[in-house]
Amino acid sequence: MKKEILTMKNIVKEYVMGDEVSRVLKNVDLTVEEGEFLAILGPSGSGKSTLMNIIGCLDVPTSGEYTLSGRLIANQDEKSLAQIRSKEIGFIFQSFHLLQRQTALENVELPMIYANVKEKERKERAMQMLEKVGLKDKMDHYPNQMSGGQQQRVAIARAIVNNPTILLADEPTGALDQKTGAQVMELFHELNNEGRCIIMITHDVNIAKHASRIVRILDGNISEGVVEDA
Amino acid sequence: MGTLKQSIEMSIQNIKGNKMRSFLTTLGIIIGVTAVIALITIVKGVSDNVMGQFESLGAGKLMVSVAGTSLKTGLSESDLAKIEKINNVSGISPTISTTSKASRNGEVDDVSVEGKNGTYFINNNNIISGRPLTQAEMAGDVYTCVIDMDCAKRFFFGENPIGKKIRVGGYTYTVVGLEDGNSNLMSEMMVSSNDGGSIKIPYRNALKMTESSNVNSLEVYVKDTNFTSQVVDDLEKILNQAFNDNDDSYTVINMESLLDTMKSMQDMMTTMLAGIASIALLVGGIGIMNMMLVSVTERTKEIGLRKALGAEPMKIQMQFLIESIFLSMIGGIIGVALGLLISYAAATMIGIDFVIQPGAIALGVGFSAAIGIIFGWVPAKKASELNPIDALRSE
Repeated sequence: MKKEILTMKNIVKEYVMGDEVSRVLKNVDLTVEEGEFLAILGPSGSGKSTLMNIIGCLDVPTSGEYTLSGRLIANQDEKSLAQIRSKEIGFIFQSFHLLQRQTALENVELPMIYANVKEKERKERAMQMLEKVGLKDKMDHYPNQMSGGQQQRVAIARAIVNNPTILLADEPTGALDQKTGAQVMELFHELNNEGRCIIMITHDVNIAKHASRIVRILDGNISEGVVEDA
Repeated sequence: MGTLKQSIEMSIQNIKGNKMRSFLTTLGIIIGVTAVIALITIVKGVSDNVMGQFESLGAGKLMVSVAGTSLKTGLSESDLAKIEKINNVSGISPTISTTSKASRNGEVDDVSVEGKNGTYFINNNNIISGRPLTQAEMAGDVYTCVIDMDCAKRFFFGENPIGKKIRVGGYTYTVVGLEDGNSNLMSEMMVSSNDGGSIKIPYRNALKMTESSNVNSLEVYVKDTNFTSQVVDDLEKILNQAFNDNDDSYTVINMESLLDTMKSMQDMMTTMLAGIASIALLVGGIGIMNMMLVSVTERTKEIGLRKALGAEPMKIQMQFLIESIFLSMIGGIIGVALGLLISYAAATMIGIDFVIQPGAIALGVGFSAAIGIIFGWVPAKKASELNPIDALRSE
């Protein structure tokens, strides 16, 4: 039996805008096990970004229980949330979010600075990660000197450098063409085969199919399900 | 600490990335600090110079200048005797001053002649070469003199005047000492200066020369400076008696109280000027705050990303605070350098000593750092409080 690393019970997220309360997530239940490659599939406005923010500890639910690596994420202040993110979550964004004025190596080093890793070890680990994503020769390049696919691979190296519990990818191929997108997916498979847990949020069924398990989200409701081709 | 180093590096990167903007922002601080440093250094230099001249006259000295009345134009021997007997007075030195022709090797010019007694030379030592007149030389019929630099230049140009002869008022005097006239600002103000400079001769000789015993200028030396004001009171009583209670007829200058007044004036002046210059610093600080606020807005996405990657709010705040401190410190250091340069140039031009005021430098650097903290705080706090979700989404 595999270990559960993430459990969500009755997660509700509401936003208050003026007098109106909009319920973005409605009683979401979700369990993710160690080593899983999960895709959360849903159209825009379905609440999938909100769900991702909660999974990524960027936000806390209005009600419900969220447990990550055995720790209950509730009533945490910003500082502890930051520490949890630093240790547990590796973010991959649609638009890469690399710092333009820093080299690939420096970008990969960034999460380790906030995890208080010593400078020498930072450099070594960052280089290892860049080698892993096949960009060792680009480590002194700046983001604007690299292609989109290369930038996303730098971002992936950055996401895994702190050895997080979950790799959380938000539309990771959204800004890439099909070919480079496929390369990124290949890299995901590779990382998953090494036992890394990946949660990928996407609206694209074809991308979601790369995952070993898919859950659909629609209007804030989650449904476990096999994908039927639309 | 890695984070601190990283923060500093990132600050440098960001400052370099916006060179023009950073420079213009820093300019406010540069101008402010330059103004503070230059003003403090120059004012202090000038007033130290003036004070030094006054101080050279010595503490515990009262200067009496007598205008006299139409009936009595100066102090008589008996007045002087009374003054000398005042409690706590160690001695008095009346001055007989007149103008006379002096000549040497065919050079003729007007000189100020001052008759001084031995007490004067005991209490005033401005001799830079040779020796002062001694008590023994006061007895009479001894023709030795002390001359000042102007006189030396006029009559002994290019030679050492000591031991040389000069004719004054029909007598031949031997120069025994050369004194630094410039340091004696007060007596220059009181004695009409002549082109030929000034010559100090024994008191009795001067009395003979002027054929009068009216003394118009007098120095009174106080034994214990704690009782100076008591001496002044007694002195004024005698002077009032001598001039029929006409207190316009004389002036008593207490060097100590004059010095005190000047010192407090100097302090006031320095504080006031520094205060005015600080306004420039304040404006500079607002400039920094403005730039930091713009910077936070521009880098919203970066802040969001850093937070997503695990940056605690405190660390974000530190980064921006360090950047703002760094920026204003650079301005402060440039300002200190510029301020010193300007005050050095000014000191050279005015002709006073250039003395670096460590206090002013500490003030400049400290002030700029403080400005960095004070005006960087709000933007840094704002950055640290950004919601990472909104920040990442911003364009």
